Amino acid sequence: MSGAAQPAVVEMCGLSTRIGDRLVHRDLDLRVERGQVVGLVGGSGSGKTTLLRQILGLIRPAAGSVRLFGEDLGAVGAVVQSALLRRLGMLFQAGALFSALPAFDNIAFPLRELRRLDEDWIRRLVNLKLAMVELEMEHGRLMPAELSGGMVKRVALARALALEPELLLLDEPTAGLDPDRSRSFVKLLGQLQGELGLTVIMVTHDPETLAGLATHIAVLADRHIVQFGTVAEVMAADHPFLAGFRDGDKSGLL
Amino acid sequence: MNNPPRLRIGSGKVLLTGEWTLAALLPELPQLQAQMAAGGLGDLSWDLSGVERLDSAAAVLLWRTWNGRWPADLIVADTHRRTVERVSAAPVAAGSGEAAVAGPVERVGDLVLGSFDNAVGLVTLFGQMLLDLGYLARHPSAMPWKELAANIYKAGALALPVTGLVGFLIGVTLSYLSALQLRSVGADLYIVNILGISIIRELGPVLVAVLVAGRSGSAMTAQIGVMRVTEEIDALTAMGISRSIRVILPKLLALTAVMPLLVLWASAIALIGGMLSAMLQLDVSPAYFIGNLQRAVPVANLVIGLTKGVVFGFIIAWVACHFGLRVKPNTESLSANTTTSVVTAITLVILADAVFAINTRNLGIPQL
Repeated sequence: MSGAAQPAVVEMCGLSTRIGDRLVHRDLDLRVERGQVVGLVGGSGSGKTTLLRQILGLIRPAAGSVRLFGEDLGAVGAVVQSALLRRLGMLFQAGALFSALPAFDNIAFPLRELRRLDEDWIRRLVNLKLAMVELEMEHGRLMPAELSGGMVKRVALARALALEPELLLLDEPTAGLDPDRSRSFVKLLGQLQGELGLTVIMVTHDPETLAGLATHIAVLADRHIVQFGTVAEVMAADHPFLAGFRDGDKSGLL
Repeated sequence: MNNPPRLRIGSGKVLLTGEWTLAALLPELPQLQAQMAAGGLGDLSWDLSGVERLDSAAAVLLWRTWNGRWPADLIVADTHRRTVERVSAAPVAAGSGEAAVAGPVERVGDLVLGSFDNAVGLVTLFGQMLLDLGYLARHPSAMPWKELAANIYKAGALALPVTGLVGFLIGVTLSYLSALQLRSVGADLYIVNILGISIIRELGPVLVAVLVAGRSGSAMTAQIGVMRVTEEIDALTAMGISRSIRVILPKLLALTAVMPLLVLWASAIALIGGMLSAMLQLDVSPAYFIGNLQRAVPVANLVIGLTKGVVFGFIIAWVACHFGLRVKPNTESLSANTTTSVVTAITLVILADAVFAINTRNLGIPQL
């Protein structure tokens, strides 16, 4: 935090995470600057989703610290905490839509929680978000259980975008989407990123999503970030996990 | 958020500066809206070149101020223009489409149709159980012993402490209150008759039924409901495993088998509680109490009490499974069905108890 420079959007220092008696992360460092789109890759069970939950403050670190927009979530009061969390949007892997509310109300929920916007404003915004994720207005009336898997994902993304977040956390954003949708999703995120200077941290296994969106790649293996850098840097590096990832990238996107 | 959003109006010109994002707007909103409420702003010339960031929430605010038309004279960066364009293209109408409030006639109709629906469901479940039992008689190897044992343990063994405790307390209370009355008319020794008949025949079964409906009935509904929400029930079917034999039947059989035992246990503990209280209050010795119990309470009462246990146990499991299968895949439906399951089970148990009382009115009452 020197001079006029803004603090990093997310900064983790010496982070250790313990779930039960299992050590998920040990001495993990990661610093994500404003405007970066970081693809978080790593094998199954390497703790990628856990890392996102750390950023959200859903898990307390066993050691080290997580700073969000320069603030330690655990050290600030409830008001600051909720203000910080309102600046980020999270897309959960399975959507995590509120099953008792129709899609429209799911997206409107965080907006209504602000208690400042009138219903007309909220309606326009929700319709806009629905259009952004290529859903029709009629889909807004459906209950989450009536939506297809891909639609759940898109409604969940619309909800994550509802508060115009500065930081977007995506857990497997394109898994379960058809290739067309996946491509338009990548395009949409790219566009939003350009317009709003979004910072994105996404967990993904999809080389196409990585190639289309990511400016940086963080490789999580052996309980810490083994590689972090621009896409070109990381792909040039030599790590067993990356070798496997490159082999899987049949179309040579990266 | 260094530069808060600012709006300046002067000489036919509206000048916007700062960050026009939702987060930055919120604290400034009352002031900005007051400024924008002034009429005719859409006809002025707008200068948005000083805007650092513009998100869609702010774009909606602008678009509404412009009454849904582009101002004739507008200076705006291309990226911000695109944001406003997207807002202008979004439809305005329609919301979540709140359900219309039902009138009284409609509500009565819903209630009647709903109960009819439930009755059909309960009868279907009963029929399915008979079919399953018939199938198991022909294919004994398909009997879900493990599930049955697990359910007996969960609904029976684990319910022993709570039913015992409540039974004991009720026995003590009942004995204490009766003793106060009986002593005033000098009928101390009838404490045995009162406690024996009321607990074995009536209180034991109903008390245990209410506890088990709240404890095991709700658990069964919730379990089946969550299995439906998470499609586990469908997964069973996909593996060619009958959900009614594997999930429903063990619950029905287990609770039906376990309830009379719980009734026996709770009644016995309640009588022990009553006996202790009688000893302390009325100096009725335990030996006299136990000896007289056999004379005062004909064995028919025990048979009635245990039969009630069987019937109540079946009713609770039956209702619990029925409502579990009706759970729709959302949390609201899960909680509503669990509540309905417990309430319906207790109501039906009390109804069945009344039927028992009428049909057994000539049985087991000692002639004095």
